[in-house]
Amino acid sequence: MSMKELLTIWPDSPALSMLVWVLLLVTILYLARTPAHQAIKSSSRILSRAFRLASRAVLIAAGRLERRNRDVLLAFGLDAAEESATRECQRMDVAIRRDLSSYPAMNRKVMEMVAKIDNDYNCGSEVPPEPASWINAVSSVAKIRATGDTQVAKMLADIKVNIDTEHRGAIAEYRKSNSARHAILEKMAPSWRETAQMLTSVDKAVKDLTVRTEVIDKKVDEFETIRNGTDKAARTLASSSMTQFVVSGLVLLVALGGAAINFNLIALPMSEMVGGGSFIGPYKTSDIAAMVIIMVEAAMGLYLMEALRITKLFPVIGTMNDKTRFRMIIVTFSILFILASVEASLAYMRDQIAADMQALRQSLVAVDAVVPVGSWIPTAGQMVMGFILPFALTFVAIPLESFIQSSRTVIGVAALGTLRVTAFTLRLFSSIARNISRLLVSLYDLLIFPALFFDRLVRTHLLHAPIGETKGRIS
Amino acid sequence: MKMKKSFATLLLGVVLLTYGCTESATRATGVYMLMDTSGTYAKELTKAHSIINYLLGTLQPGDSLAVARIDSGSFSEKDIVGKATFNTRPSVANSQKRLFEKKVSDFVKNAKGSRHTDITGGMLQAVEYLQETGAGSKKIFIFSDLEEDLKKGHIRDFPMRFDGVNVVALNVTKLRSDNIDPREYMARLEAWQKRVEEGGGTWRVINDLERLENIMAE
Repeated sequence: MSMKELLTIWPDSPALSMLVWVLLLVTILYLARTPAHQAIKSSSRILSRAFRLASRAVLIAAGRLERRNRDVLLAFGLDAAEESATRECQRMDVAIRRDLSSYPAMNRKVMEMVAKIDNDYNCGSEVPPEPASWINAVSSVAKIRATGDTQVAKMLADIKVNIDTEHRGAIAEYRKSNSARHAILEKMAPSWRETAQMLTSVDKAVKDLTVRTEVIDKKVDEFETIRNGTDKAARTLASSSMTQFVVSGLVLLVALGGAAINFNLIALPMSEMVGGGSFIGPYKTSDIAAMVIIMVEAAMGLYLMEALRITKLFPVIGTMNDKTRFRMIIVTFSILFILASVEASLAYMRDQIAADMQALRQSLVAVDAVVPVGSWIPTAGQMVMGFILPFALTFVAIPLESFIQSSRTVIGVAALGTLRVTAFTLRLFSSIARNISRLLVSLYDLLIFPALFFDRLVRTHLLHAPIGETKGRIS
Repeated sequence: MKMKKSFATLLLGVVLLTYGCTESATRATGVYMLMDTSGTYAKELTKAHSIINYLLGTLQPGDSLAVARIDSGSFSEKDIVGKATFNTRPSVANSQKRLFEKKVSDFVKNAKGSRHTDITGGMLQAVEYLQETGAGSKKIFIFSDLEEDLKKGHIRDFPMRFDGVNVVALNVTKLRSDNIDPREYMARLEAWQKRVEEGGGTWRVINDLERLENIMAE
């Protein structure tokens, strides 16, 4: 017996059967109205609270993650700022050593120069010629009254001649002495210039140091800001991380392009070494071998950069003693060099194999082999590329480090965003669950509206009926 | 010490990746080409030659190729014109292909028509060869009008196994009698299709030899 047959009370009049069932259902729903309403309300309340609790839990987790992100970001920023300030200090140290280590010697030299100039100045000062001692005697003789005595006249004439002679001599001596002073002054000029140059270089060094000091001040301020954990510092660091993430990601994409070209250069000739007909999973063994060589090159490049302390992905390498580190540099560079040479050879072999295949195909279709013009150019180009690309891939370590470091921040921010969206969605569900109970209650009442209408009618009638009549009815 | 260990692990990984867990045979393709040399069909051998050249240009290192003729009694190694499993090194494989091509050229130049046509014997020989190669993809190219004409006493009316073998009939020319009653041509094709498919193989007919790239499609 089917369900339809069970529900049909009068098989000849299904409408009547349906009406009876509806009436029965409405009556049952009417009788169960109050507990049903309570059940709906309590269910929605439970759901709403559960969603709200979940939302709160997610928000707390988001808060924790935000704090953790901030701590990590500030720690990275602090490290970077410290490193940057240290590097500036080192540069300043180098500048001081370079520019000011010779300062005592220079100072001594300047003092010597000044002393020399002083001495020269003293030597160059003009000393008025002493009047001759016999001038007074001449003056006394000149006061002798001319009496027309020839002896006196002769003596006076001799005196005049002597005086003229002495005067000419004095003038010549004076000129000579002036000339000597000028010569001394002329010798002083290079000393002045040298002193001026020394002072200029000192001035330049001091100015350079002032600039460096300002830079260090800025770095220290930056360090202080990050150490204080201000919002501004966190925002700046987050923004910087995002920029680094995007830029390093782009550079890594370029590097991937380089790796793909490198792969194409060596995949075909690798089949000569490991066979062209074997597979590992769905991939040719020669392809995987070529990929492994490129990966090994990238790893060696990474180790080289670490050993050179350019990147800091492996602290173990960075903290090695200088001797071991130097050995590691030599070993990694040697391996890279060997691999680069192997790649150059493989690139040459690739050209040979490709030419052989081309010749075979042409012979199979009975076409005379065409010798390409200047065919050594692609061969040389491929060999050079095969040699250079492994070294170029070495520098991938730098953007890789930036990418890994910045991805921590980016992933943290993305996770935070996801948590916040989840919290909002849960809160929204909570609100929907709270309000949906009203809708369900209304829908419930809508289903039993005939019974409710009848109920209201009866209640109104009882309310408006005379009291005695009502009482009589009740009794 | 740690660096040495990691380097050793890396080296071991490279060796394992390069030489370990390889599966060459199942990826390889085995091709057996049957050339009908009976009667007037012998004139069509130049077309078969160009198909073989196409196959030589297409097959990869590790693949196998055999070329055999269909004559009065084809279930024999003597009918194999040339067979080779190409070396995994491309340069060696190219040398093998050159030698193979020379053998086929010589055969095509000196081929003589046979009296009878033992297609079933050739098919049996082909299936046997392909199973021995262990190739993952097995193909039989049959260059014939598919009209079997057995020598008296030869028994070939028994079911054959073509498990995993793709049989491709190439350049199935119409005989003079087919023009009178095309149903004979259709019946010939249907009979071979039925025989191959009942044996667990697949069947295709390609008469347009201008598009040779279709013949290697699965």
